[in-house]
Amino acid sequence: MRIHPRYTQRGAVAVLGGATVLTLMILIFIIVFILEKGLPVINLKFLTSNPEDMGRAGGIFPTLIGTILLPVLAIIIATPLGIFTSVYLSEYTKENKATRIIRFGTDCLAGIPSIIFGLFGYIFFVITLGFGWSILSGGLTLAVMILPTIIRTSEEAIKAVPKSYREVSFSLGATSWQTVKKVILPNALPGIVTGIMLSIGRSIGETAAVIFTAGSSLRIPNSLFDSTRTMAVHFYILAREGISAENAYGTAATLIIAVLMVNLSAYWLMNRFISKRS
Amino acid sequence: MMNIKFHIQELNFYFNNEKVLKGINFEIPANKILGIIGPSGSGKTTFLRALNRMNDLETGTRIEGKILLDNDDIYRADYDVVALRKKVGMVFAMPVPLPMSIYENVVYGPRLSGNNDRIRLDELVEKSLTAAYLWDEVKDRLKTSGMRLSGGQQQRLCLARVLAMEPEAILLDEPSSGLDPISTAKIEDALTELKKEYTIILVTNNTKQAARVSDNTAFFLMGELIEIGSTEQIFTAPNKIETNDYITGRFG
Repeated sequence: MRIHPRYTQRGAVAVLGGATVLTLMILIFIIVFILEKGLPVINLKFLTSNPEDMGRAGGIFPTLIGTILLPVLAIIIATPLGIFTSVYLSEYTKENKATRIIRFGTDCLAGIPSIIFGLFGYIFFVITLGFGWSILSGGLTLAVMILPTIIRTSEEAIKAVPKSYREVSFSLGATSWQTVKKVILPNALPGIVTGIMLSIGRSIGETAAVIFTAGSSLRIPNSLFDSTRTMAVHFYILAREGISAENAYGTAATLIIAVLMVNLSAYWLMNRFISKRS
Repeated sequence: MMNIKFHIQELNFYFNNEKVLKGINFEIPANKILGIIGPSGSGKTTFLRALNRMNDLETGTRIEGKILLDNDDIYRADYDVVALRKKVGMVFAMPVPLPMSIYENVVYGPRLSGNNDRIRLDELVEKSLTAAYLWDEVKDRLKTSGMRLSGGQQQRLCLARVLAMEPEAILLDEPSSGLDPISTAKIEDALTELKKEYTIILVTNNTKQAARVSDNTAFFLMGELIEIGSTEQIFTAPNKIETNDYITGRFG
């Protein structure tokens, strides 16, 4: 029996719209749930004072520092490496067996559970290279973890730049590098930034890869070789050890707000860049 | 003695082992407009893109024979391709302004060569846009995006962008295929002026356009050069029956 297109159309609208509404509701529920429990805990003192009694009382100041330092270090290392690699793969090599293997490799790496990266970082950075449990070990591990994501999203963004722009640029006597600098990267930037944003979000929220490599010290670090604790790890320990549910929710809420602020400011920066160019 | 810009000698061109240009031999004189006509798939565009080595950007291409620009083989191993493309500019079928201002589009080529002198660039912009019959329409909004122009204006911007490089030859690949008659007329007027300074090679699907603007006309069919001669001769007394059939509209 053939169903009239009018009804299949209505059915499609209901299914597609329903999925969207359901997704939004789950997201809103999680955020509201965390913020409802966590916001009452957050105040200036909570953010700026040191934890007392393993985090049962006091604030989360050192974990704020750790949460800023680790992702910043990871992004500083992984962003140039990732972008350069993706530019090289898409603009300087022709599609062949080697590039396909590299691409397949990065896809596999992007899908590996973060605890494996934690284990690798522990064995390689902490033990073999002797960096110990430190900001350096943690940052390097996070960098390795987010590198595949940055490479693949940057490559997709670069591929999305119309082929005709490249043709025009080359026909006007540009070298590959001039084309990359003047045409490809500026036009791929929104996509590249999106990849970096996703990576920042992932590193801010990462627990498994960090707890093995940066440790969980509650002291304020003095150097890259000091151990530190991120908010995600702090939250994990508070909740896992049953130390303080109240402070755990406070930490979680701060974490969500931090990620939100990073995303909003990145989109603001990007929009300013785009409107300035066109 | 006529000045020859390009010598094409025994040119064969392959796309993934399919022969798309077959034994092409002829000469392109300087400061004339050569019109290239022929049905789609006849190899016109491939031939045009061989002249500034744009085919290099595609994978699976192979070339045999020689193309000499000013008696120098552009396919020899150590030929500077970047310098070649600065000497032999190209206007594509679809107008593609780069996503930047009108001004920056025009000075894209000069800036690549390290020319950043504001006064010199301003001069180039005015001169190139004037020669492309676009200056009066855009002189008050050089800072707006080139993508905001109409299709006909965009194509003239692309021509101005090529002129700003001060090339020696200009290749045009069906430059008015998507344009209205008025924009087409403006481009044709510009070309007629420009041949005093440049060698122009115009691929067109519109035989009437070749008849209107070109000095010489070449007819391509299935990858072969069937006939080349003065435009007057090709359109009034072609030597080959295929040429006659094509220009009288019997196929194509």
